[in-house]
Amino acid sequence: MGIKILTEHIGKEDLKPIDAYMKYGGYTAVKKALTSMSPDAIVEEVKKSGLRGRGGAGFPTGMKWSFLAKPEGKPRYLVCNADESEPGTFKDRYLMMHSPHTLIEGMIVSSFALGANTSYIYVRGEMMFVIRILEKAIAEAYAKGLLGKNILGSGYNLDLYVHPGGGAYICGEETALLESLEGKRGNPRNKPPFPAVSGLYACPTVVNNVESIAATSWIINNGGDEYAKIGIGKSTGTKLISACGNINNPGVYEIELGLSVEEFLYSDQYCGGIANGKKLKALVAGGSSVPILPAHLITKTANGESRLMSYESLSDGGFATGTMLGSGGFIVFDEDQCIVRNTWNFTRFYHHESCGQCSPCREGTGWMEKVLHRIEHGHGHMHDIDLLVDVAKKIEGNTICPLGDAAAWPVGSAIRHFRDEFEWHIKNPSEATRKGAVYRKEAVFA
Amino acid sequence: MENTAPQLFKVTIDNIEVEVAPGTTILQAARQIGHHVAPPAMCYYTSLKGTGGKCRACLVKVTAGSAKDPRPMPKLVPSCITTVQDGMIVENTVNEQVLETRKGVVEFLLINHPLDCPICDQAGECHLQDFAFEHGRGTQRYEEERRTFEREDIGPYIQLHMNRCILCYRCVFTADQLTNKRVHGVLNRGDHAEISTYISKAIDNDFSGNMIDVCPVGALTDKTFRFKQRVWFTKPVTAHRDCEHEKCSGKVTLWYKGEDVLRVTGRKNEWGEVTEFICNTCRFDKKKTSDWVIEGPAKVSHHSVISANHYEKKAIPEFGFKQAAQQYKQIDDLPVQLPEGEKKPVGIVVRPDSK
Ligand SMILES: Cc1cc2nc3c(=O)[nH]c(=O)nc-3n(C[C@H](O)[C@H](O)[C@H](O)COP(=O)(O)O)c2cc1C
Ligand code: SF4
Ligand code: SF4
Ligand code: FES
Repeated sequence: MGIKILTEHIGKEDLKPIDAYMKYGGYTAVKKALTSMSPDAIVEEVKKSGLRGRGGAGFPTGMKWSFLAKPEGKPRYLVCNADESEPGTFKDRYLMMHSPHTLIEGMIVSSFALGANTSYIYVRGEMMFVIRILEKAIAEAYAKGLLGKNILGSGYNLDLYVHPGGGAYICGEETALLESLEGKRGNPRNKPPFPAVSGLYACPTVVNNVESIAATSWIINNGGDEYAKIGIGKSTGTKLISACGNINNPGVYEIELGLSVEEFLYSDQYCGGIANGKKLKALVAGGSSVPILPAHLITKTANGESRLMSYESLSDGGFATGTMLGSGGFIVFDEDQCIVRNTWNFTRFYHHESCGQCSPCREGTGWMEKVLHRIEHGHGHMHDIDLLVDVAKKIEGNTICPLGDAAAWPVGSAIRHFRDEFEWHIKNPSEATRKGAVYRKEAVFA
Repeated sequence: MENTAPQLFKVTIDNIEVEVAPGTTILQAARQIGHHVAPPAMCYYTSLKGTGGKCRACLVKVTAGSAKDPRPMPKLVPSCITTVQDGMIVENTVNEQVLETRKGVVEFLLINHPLDCPICDQAGECHLQDFAFEHGRGTQRYEEERRTFEREDIGPYIQLHMNRCILCYRCVFTADQLTNKRVHGVLNRGDHAEISTYISKAIDNDFSGNMIDVCPVGALTDKTFRFKQRVWFTKPVTAHRDCEHEKCSGKVTLWYKGEDVLRVTGRKNEWGEVTEFICNTCRFDKKKTSDWVIEGPAKVSHHSVISANHYEKKAIPEFGFKQAAQQYKQIDDLPVQLPEGEKKPVGIVVRPDSK
């Protein structure tokens, strides 16, 4: 049983009311931070903790905070990225729904550390139920003197707002989020300048994921060193994983980083194995944008080592034999799933969600979708496979924001690992389009 | 005494070194060297703030970030918005990856931009045409259906044909920066995105005509000029007038056919960019020679098709002759009257100045 720091008390009772949350030690981190620590000391603790951003890229949170420009006379902002729209990722809403104060407490501690007096939680517009929960919780925090002027008599002021997002995946990209928050079209900005220098309203800004911010309270209460002891290597602490697909126990799990993929996938405590006794075919470990792995590379790396749920182990061997931890969207495919159909489905999403600013992503995502649609529907040509690889390559690395990469990786990796399945679709159009038909090659199952 | 002279940064682009002021972008540094190393630009526009970074036509490889930190940059960077560092080394035309990527950008842009140059009013002045010609591949691999739109009159003077729009956002920046109330912008996302006006609004601002000048392709065209003439049959003349509009420079190019002024545009520099914008009165209402103080024939790049009707010696660029020499065999009985002392050219080359 691994240690839990974000979800420990979820399920014991309804943690939405502030009193229930406080009964389990809630808001002690705010008290400790505001009354006995300097902002710099908090940043130091977060640095020591080794906490890496949980929104997808895994950038060290403490380091990001220390980049924040501190010009006199300009406000600084903390913005919580609660947009969460990556297909397969549904962990932030779980935390906010069940324990909104965990996020709010983290927001107060982090805002204090960053010298922000106004902070925002940017929530995907469709998640109105989460917005209502957060608003209620924020009102309770104001009533307890944990938000507003002179918090707990410390002299520190903080206003916290919930902002409904534009309902677009691209609004989760941090600079598009800031544009959207400013009331504009959610188009990503060119970087540099990075938000740490010029973010919201051209002021120094930190954008962090819900889970990253929520983890800071525990770090303050227990110390960065204690947090760094959890996990493995540079993947410290715990991670929320949203598991879905053909498994027995879909859901959100808090794991210690470093847990083996095999244990996570097969033990009853977590996913409980492949549903209906079927065989494992493929896995997407970190949300739809990361490369897909075939069965033989899921529980073991290419060197035959045990594959772990950590940033390093999952990316072992680069994209040739590895993938990414990403945002922790763990999507499992059994032997009856069609890789071509799934790749088309993912691509359809990225095509729909591309903001359309830069030519490779705007045009390339639509092109890939149409070619995949053709292959899936029995009208593909052999040369389409190489065409897809080439179009994905032309997008990757050449766009303003990483949505282009996110669209290219699933296509590139599906063809890299399941080329024969694409070829089968093209060679056997009538069979491939028959309802329920799926390509089976025994060697790829586990 | 302290040296107060501004420090210049040394940058090497395609093995040519240039010294530029700090804050200069790679694109501008390359333009200072000359056309042969200047990356193509479809969305960047010098006189409009905030443009660039979108089309990805100008991506280059930075093989050394600076003298202090000579590590190469991991990805290709957009030269139009990346500022130079002292000691930076950039590869543009000499880098295979850059050229290959550029081919890709052309291919992407041509997916939803029809190759209907023969019927497009922008033919002869189209940056995409030049870009595709210089950097594209000979074939298209896109087999799917393309998006199509009806033509739309967005105001009394401008026609929008979204089929040809490459979403460079230049017109949006123009409207934002030159006009008071912007009524048009980008709607929708991805390849569904389109330039359009607010419901039932028309673009009738004093400076709206500049949107036509900045559009790199034939998506926004001048309704008072559309299909009156191919630009290479017109004669551009530089002129000015004292315009009462405080923001209008009054500096224009008049496009003549015979005695008639068919079109008035802002003056464009060698990169095809208007440096001083003009108002709609100058553009649409002043089409008599008597409205203007004529300065003389407009300078036209000899690479441009518009130069075809300029009877100057450089009308056929050097590379034209070189290509002819490579591709055609000598025809001895070429019935061309050569000026005295000039050698017989190779192949069938009609020189406009020998007419
Ligand atoms: C297209 C796109 C969508 C994204 N969506 C989210 C999101 O919904 N939530 C999130 O936290 N990060 C998202 N990100 C990552 C953010 O840009 C950013 O890296 C993150 O919020 C930083 O927080 P962290 O350092 O705590 O991970 C997205 C990135 C891209 C390119
Ligand atoms: S990569 Fe796609 S989503 Fe990102 S800026 Fe470019 S067009 Fe928009
Ligand atoms: S209409 Fe022209 S200027 Fe406007 S975005 Fe399209 S191509 Fe660019
Ligand atoms: S000109 Fe640089 S990206 Fe368009």
